[in-house]
Amino acid sequence: MTGAVDVETVFRAEYGRAVSVLVRFLGDIDLAEEAVQDAFATALRNWPQTGVPPSPAGWIITTARNRAIDRLRRESSRDARHAEAARLFAPDTPAEEGPVRDDRLRLIFTCCHPALSLQARVALTLRLLGGLSTARIARAFLVPEPTLAQRLVRAKAKIRDAGIPYRVPRDADLPDRLGGVLAVVYLIFNEGYTGSADLCTEAVRLGRLLAELMPDEPEVTGLLALMLLVESRRPARVGEGGEPVPLPEQDRTRWDRDLIGEGQELVRRCLRRGRPGPYQIQAAINAVHSDAATARATDWSQILRLYDHLMALAPSPVVALNRAVAVAEVRGPGEALDLVDALDLDGYHVFHAVRADLLRRLGRRVEAVKAYETALAHADGTAERVFLERRLGELVGGPQV
Amino acid sequence: MKYYLLSVIQPSEGTPPSAEALAEIMRNVETFHDELRAAGAWVFAGGLHGPETATVLRPEDEDVLITDGPYAEGKEYLGGLCLIKAPDLDAALEWGRKATRATTLPIEVRPFLHPAED
Repeated sequence: MTGAVDVETVFRAEYGRAVSVLVRFLGDIDLAEEAVQDAFATALRNWPQTGVPPSPAGWIITTARNRAIDRLRRESSRDARHAEAARLFAPDTPAEEGPVRDDRLRLIFTCCHPALSLQARVALTLRLLGGLSTARIARAFLVPEPTLAQRLVRAKAKIRDAGIPYRVPRDADLPDRLGGVLAVVYLIFNEGYTGSADLCTEAVRLGRLLAELMPDEPEVTGLLALMLLVESRRPARVGEGGEPVPLPEQDRTRWDRDLIGEGQELVRRCLRRGRPGPYQIQAAINAVHSDAATARATDWSQILRLYDHLMALAPSPVVALNRAVAVAEVRGPGEALDLVDALDLDGYHVFHAVRADLLRRLGRRVEAVKAYETALAHADGTAERVFLERRLGELVGGPQV
Repeated sequence: MKYYLLSVIQPSEGTPPSAEALAEIMRNVETFHDELRAAGAWVFAGGLHGPETATVLRPEDEDVLITDGPYAEGKEYLGGLCLIKAPDLDAALEWGRKATRATTLPIEVRPFLHPAED
């Protein structure tokens, strides 16, 4: 039935906006979610007969608002909190004073408040802004649904009881708090990279929303560009058996040219602002890879310069490891191995895989085999194990290990 | 407006700060209290004697049992507290930030159940 399909489309596109508007009207997340869900249920019943209204989002918000007012009036004699909301909220609430801000921006800053646990921030963001069901979020993060539901209930209770505000932070706090929001979006993206692909889709959607709402923040644009460029390689980065295909071996004709074009344009746009940050630089590194028609044609000295910059801005052992990979291409595996051996990343399987590859290229076969075995011992995903076992197999001259 | 409790988390072990360092901490805490008063956020604040000075009472049938010592021995104890009035958690955390700087100790921020007047 087309009506049902349309409601679903509107739901995916407009749920977050509707909830965010209703939270501001009602001052309560649970009431807002209920009202919006009521409105969508009504749409599901009515739209097949009446057709989709000219402004579906407006219809949903108005319906949700009216439902909420009715309910508050009915229940106001019983519940002080509802009474308060009913009294505060007249049907023709005037527009907010001050600069006009999209309510979704308030909502994402509330969802990503540093007083909430990281897990709660991720779950709230996906639930309230993405409209993902509890079951779907639970599946994506491989946690039992009741655990995730409980996490959401606790987080919403803390927002209410501790008085976490519903607003965009003032300018002095914005860089810090925005960093927290971007970290949540990027975490969702990375979860999707190794697991459930619809998390990547959702992260890109959130990235687009933030870039639209905060066009003057270059790191927001940088994060969106980074995600688009990484996402452009999705069709090429998994082999037939589900094993990861490393960048140099990918079939570059399968990269998504539209995403690459958009990502590269965004990289140019944000770097022009002259306020570089870690997301912009990582996006730029990915843009350089996207520029190369073959792995051989990659401009590694440019990538190394970008990693030098990234190390200056946001040094970490993992960034140093990635930089060493670029060093190997520009100055040879020997110099890279010295850098890698100085890193304290013993529990990280990629560290051992990089070491193994450098040792192999230096002709130190026995040490390379040992390093691949260590990498295997630390790798957790089956797909990664398949890849490492293949590498190890190539090195010892047969599939038997 | 809401009331928030800022608890000063004091470690039970480790070397206490020198007399000099302690004097500076006391000066900073005093400045913090002055700021609270000037902003109208002040309700009450004070440091506590150590847990060895604590006495516990608990109901026992019709009676009340009195025992020496803190309710529970821990690696940390409540070293002091500060009760403030703030419009929301962000404002309370801003005071908490100042408190942790002044005391050089961790601060736990918790909301009260009932809203504050005005």
